[in-house]
Formats: sequence, C-alpha cells, structure tokens
Amino acid sequence: MSLIKIALAGEGGQGVQAIAEIMAEAAYNQNMQTIYIPNFGLEQRGGVSIAFLQFSDRRIGAPKFNKADVVIALSERAIGRTAGYSDENTIFMYDNSYPVPEAEFPEKAKKIVGLPAIETANNKLHPRVFNIIIMGAAIGLTKVVSFEAAKEALVHKLAYKFEKDPELRELNFKALQIGKEMAEASLQEGVGVRG
Amino acid sequence: MTVSPAVPKSWYLPSKPHKFCPGCGHGIVLKALGEAIDELDIQDKTIFGCDIGCSLLSWDFFNCDSTQTHHGRTTPVMVGIKRSRPELVTIGYMGDGGGYSIGSQHLLNAAVRNERVTLILVNNTNYGMTGGQMAPTTLPGQKTETTPYGRDPDVTGYPTKGPEFLSALTQDDAYIARATVSNYRQLKRFIKNALCNQIEGNGFSFVEVLSTCPTNWRTNAQQTLHFLEDEMEKYFPVGELKNPLGKGDK
Amino acid sequence: MQSTIGESKKAFMTGNETVTWAALAAGAEVMFGYPITPQNEVMHYWTRLAPKFGREFLQTEDEISAGFTVCGAVQAGKKAFTATAGPGNVLMQEPFGMAEAMRLPLVAVIQQRGGPSSGTVVYSQQEVTLTTYGGNGEGNRIVYSTATHQEIFDYVIKGFNSAWKYRFPTFILGDGYQAKMREPLTIYEPQERGIEMVTPYPLIGKAGHIGADREVQHLCNIYSLEEELYDVVMQHAAEYERIIPELVEYEQKECDDAEIIIVSHGVVSRAADDAVKLLRDQGIKAGYFRPITLRPFPEQQLRDTIAKSGAKKMLVAESAYGQLFRLIRQEIYGETIPIETLLMPGVGIIDYDIMTKVKSIL
Repeated sequence: MSLIKIALAGEGGQGVQAIAEIMAEAAYNQNMQTIYIPNFGLEQRGGVSIAFLQFSDRRIGAPKFNKADVVIALSERAIGRTAGYSDENTIFMYDNSYPVPEAEFPEKAKKIVGLPAIETANNKLHPRVFNIIIMGAAIGLTKVVSFEAAKEALVHKLAYKFEKDPELRELNFKALQIGKEMAEASLQEGVGVRG
Repeated sequence: MTVSPAVPKSWYLPSKPHKFCPGCGHGIVLKALGEAIDELDIQDKTIFGCDIGCSLLSWDFFNCDSTQTHHGRTTPVMVGIKRSRPELVTIGYMGDGGGYSIGSQHLLNAAVRNERVTLILVNNTNYGMTGGQMAPTTLPGQKTETTPYGRDPDVTGYPTKGPEFLSALTQDDAYIARATVSNYRQLKRFIKNALCNQIEGNGFSFVEVLSTCPTNWRTNAQQTLHFLEDEMEKYFPVGELKNPLGKGDK
Repeated sequence: MQSTIGESKKAFMTGNETVTWAALAAGAEVMFGYPITPQNEVMHYWTRLAPKFGREFLQTEDEISAGFTVCGAVQAGKKAFTATAGPGNVLMQEPFGMAEAMRLPLVAVIQQRGGPSSGTVVYSQQEVTLTTYGGNGEGNRIVYSTATHQEIFDYVIKGFNSAWKYRFPTFILGDGYQAKMREPLTIYEPQERGIEMVTPYPLIGKAGHIGADREVQHLCNIYSLEEELYDVVMQHAAEYERIIPELVEYEQKECDDAEIIIVSHGVVSRAADDAVKLLRDQGIKAGYFRPITLRPFPEQQLRDTIAKSGAKKMLVAESAYGQLFRLIRQEIYGETIPIETLLMPGVGIIDYDIMTKVKSIL
C-alpha cells in the first residue's frame, strides 16, 4: 500500500484523537508503518482538535503533510480549519447533520461527502458512539486497516469500559459497521455528495 | 615555645590561613562548623557545598569533600546529592544574597519539600564579594553601594526575615534557628543541632548566622560589634525557632 | 541493574514514551524535571514506570533547580537526567554550564518548541544554537539530533554512555513532532545488543577515610587567576578535540554524483531523504547529508562530501531561521560551494517543500 494521509478534525471532546489513536494502533498491529501526530497547540484544551495520520507499507518521512488523501471534519469550525489540507486528490468528508455555509468548504476536492454521523448516533444508536461511526467511515473511505483489526484495536482501547458495561461492546461494533457502510455507500452511490 | 591555636581536625590546613577579610565573621562560623563536624565524627561523609559570594572562599576550607555551585544554586545541588546518597551529610553554605534573593525559590521549595539537607546562611546585611551592594537583609537606613543614601523601605521593602518565613513553611521535624557570631557557644550548638537533625533523618535544617563585614560596613572593631549586637540583633532576633531534637535553648 | 525491557520487542509509542523506556534501559536512576510542553510525557511515563524499577523522580520548583539537582546527583554517582524545551532550555543553560565546567555527566533531552519567548508549544528546530552553544564561556558538550523513534531510543542509551565515558554533558535533541507522534520502533536491553553500559561512579562522597584511604575532593568551577582558568579551558578543549573522531556521527546518501547536496538534521532529514529519492526519480541528481552529532559537527565529513561530489550547490533545510545554516557556515569556512536555504522557523517541512526549492535553484 502506498502512503495514505488522513486529517481528522473535530471539536475538543468529540473524540477525534481517541479514534486516531485506535486506527493507528490497528494499523501498527497489521505490521504497517504508521505515524500519528496530534495537533497539540494551545487549542488542545478546547477548540478544534486535529489528528494527522499516515499509513504506508514503507518508511514514512515527515510527520506532517500539506495535503491529505482524506479529510474528515466534524464541525463547522473544523471544516474551516482543515479546508487547506484538501486539494484535487482529496476526499473531504463532513458531518451534514447540520447546515454548513457554502463558504466554509474547501476550494478544491476530489469529492465532498456529507455523512450524517451525529444524527445517526443520536437517532439510531447513542450519542456517545458518534466518534466510532466516524472511525468506521474513515476505514470505509481509506481501507487503511481491516474491519477486524479495527474491532480488535477498539476492544483493546475500550476494554475497561466494555467490562463495566457489556452492552457497550455491541453498540460500538454496530457504530463502526454503520459508519463503514455509510462511507462506502456514499462513495459508490454518490449519496450526500456535493461538488 | 610557640603554641599553635587549636583548629578543628576537619579543617583543611593547606588552605590556611583563610582568605576572609580581617574582622569578617565567616571564620567564626566555619570554626564552629568544623568543631561540630569533629564532635559528630562525620568528616568522611560530609559534603560541603558553597555558594557564590564570600561564602565561596570556604570551598576548600575543610578536609571534607566539597563542591562549588552557582550563585543561589547550592540548595538544589545539595538536594540532588542528598536524594542520591541519603547516608551523606550535606551542608549548603551561602550568603544572604544567594539564599534570600537569587536562590530564594530554591530555599523556599526545599523547605516546603522538607529536604533533608542542612543549610547555613551567613547574614552580613550586604553583598560582600561584589563590593557591598544592598542585600535582602540590609537594615532600613543602612548605607550600601546601591543605597548610598540609606535603604528606604518604601522603595526596596524591609529586610528579609529568613528563619521566620521558613518556620511558617516547614513541618515540626524541621530545625530552624538564628545564631550570631557574637555568641560562639550558642552558634556552635545551633549548627550541631542542625546537623544532628539531618543525621537523625528528620527534616529540613536551617541556621541563619548574623555576621560581620567591617570592610564593606566601613566600621572599626568597636563599631562593628555595635552594629552586630545593637542594630542587627534587634531587628533579627537570635534563637531557635524550631527544634525537634528537644535539646535546644528553650 | 534490574532488567527493564526483557526480550527485545516491537513497540508503537510516542517519542516521549520512547525517551522514558530508553532511560530505564540505560540504567538511569533518577530524573529531575519541571513541566513544559512538549516534553511533559517524559515525566508522566517516568513517574509511572520508575517506581516499578526502583528509580526515582523529583518535580523541582523550576528548570534551574532541575538542572542543578541533576548536577548534584551525578556528582554523588547517580545516572541522572532531565528533559526540557524552549524557555526551560534557556533556564537550564545555567546548570548545563556548570556541567561543562566541572565535566559532569549530565544527560538532558531537549524537545524543541517554537520561539522566541514562549513561541508555540508545538514544534521547531530553533533550539539548535542554544543546545549546542548555550553556555557562557567555552564549555564542551555532546549533542545528538535524532530523526526517528528508533534513534531516540538508541541515542538516549548512547547518550548516557557518552556522558559517563567522556564526562561531557550530553544532549538528545528532539522536537515537538518527535515528542508527540507515535511510530513503530524496537526497544531492547542494551546488553542484549552487546552494548556495555558505563558504570556510574561518585565524584564526591567516596568510601573510606579521608587522608588514609582516599584524597579529599574539592570540586571547583571558579578560579582566582586568569592563567588557572586558561589552563582548564585549554585542557578541556584539547580533550574534547581528541575524542571528536570517536563521537562524530552523520548520514550521507547519494552524494557521490550529486549536483546539489541537501543538508538537514533531525526530523527534517526524513523529508530530505524522501525528497532526494523523488528528485532522483525525476532525473535530478540530489544528495543527502545529515549531521547526527550537531556537536561535535561532522565538519571534515561534510567537506569531503562536497569535494567528492563536485556538487554545484548546497541546500540547507531547517525549521528555523538559519541555526543549522550558521553552524554549517562556521564549520566549513573556506568552502566555496554556494549555499541556498529553505528556512521555515517553527514550521514542519515536507518533501514537497524541499523539491520545490531544489527545482527553483537548479
């Protein structure tokens, strides 16, 4: 697999760094070269949080990048902050559970994809698995890790929570599955595609 | 027949006669410390650390291992040594500028953490080595090179009372005292107590010693003693503020 | 020393965690530290792991104290270290200077952040000058600039050995990216790789009676006479210069026929490495040179590389406004090769940036 670059951005507290870490672990467990670097500026205690991920089967160079293969932006502010990482080769995914002003979107993108993650989490699953839907979508879009590896890394990360509440395990797996399917469908069928 | 003056066994003779000015109190403090080291038989396991300033002239004063540090930094160096080798007896030796001014954050925090070191701070109300500038301990109205018209507390505050603030910061197992070179027996007893407190594994140990600086005070012998006993001792009360050993002056 | 890692194993961790494991494996006995981003997690991991292996930690009142407690601990014979960044690195130059003067085997990890002043907490390569030449007077120190987590691990271990073998303060120069990012590496016990760890020893407080069993030790860093100081500085300089061939480390790729030599250090050299490959794919003869030791600098090696390649130009790329550039100019004084620069203070550099620059100057 050649190099795949992902920028994940959301509001502080949306769990962006947590899923970036799980995806990175999953890829590492599949013996891939992986770099995960959180932005850790003054905004780490609130504001937009960005995770930079790179996956490859070869040694990875610089830890940051200018343009991503996939950008996933989970709030209006996050869209504005990450638009610059998008060019004509980038799939730019955002949460379309709420209206976003046209001006916020990147000027260049291969595709801009809307995904109603917050809505799906709130209505079909549980608000707390919102970020897991996103992780599923990221995997669906990029195939950087297998679904099984992602599940395994998820269990590893959340084992202490699953122990306290066994129902959480199924809920998380379901969220991961739904996210993946939504992303795959959006790519194939053009659902929610704009631009 | 000549009779040599009695010197402590722990003194390092090649560095004698010492380099302090005539009338300086450092020699008295270091003699008391030397006798305390002898009486406690800790010469081989003593680490003597000295600050920058006149206290630096003591760096090879003892036939004990010693280390020089930087201005104000003796406290953390002694903390590093003591934490690494608790069996050693660590003595930090500093002036009022090093302890109460540039190194005050180290002094304060070492006291709060109850570091098991012994610190001896010589208060002569000025920066002697650098030519007699105002120190944190300069008395109100006292003339120095940087307060040529006398220290004005409205401008530069009042003199630092070290043992008092350290007493407020420390727990019951700390030893805190103020001695004076005008009372040698008491001075030696306080220093010995401060060492015993460390040796017994109690807490932080601190002795401020009121001392003399006729060179920078520009005083003769009589005026020097007058300033020490009548001016300084009035502002800085001598005595033990904390003595967990129960064999003090109380 | 108790085994810390056991069998060598693959790991996926942050650079700060890597520092901690390496320090444990190297037999570090105590860390003194003060919070500053981006090195905090070195302390976080150390405080969690150290007690399991009988190692110690003290959070001091400031970086000055952290540096001086390390000075005290190494004098007492303990393998001690600290980690800092930015303004903390400034404050620590005072104890680092004492370590230079008294030849104390202090080890410090510097995770560079942006400056001047508090700058950013993120990333830069702006602490090169401070870390290599930050002392007052002319002391000597050893500075390794790492580029990968594997190197962080390897050079922290090596750093402790260099410090205790040669008795010069030793620095591992990383940066915010290396500190915070996760990437795979292999961690191991040095002994397993045949690396013999230098045993620490006390400079003061040795066993035995003074006069009977041992000499008294009076350590000093201040001298009354200019001639005394002169002798000490000259002696230290001579000893340092003697060991330069043993210390100096660098990396060089594709330089033999290079038209342009790209010089970078630390994490930027990863981008330079990629850029050279991509430029070569496009038919541009680029070469790669990277000093690993910034002090001592691989001066002769860079001169030889320039001479051998016959390159027309050199490009210095760094996330700073010319700190590596200044170092290089001073080291290869007299070379006539034109030097171009890609200076991006406090900002990450990727292969694309370097390639674009190369194409614009060739």
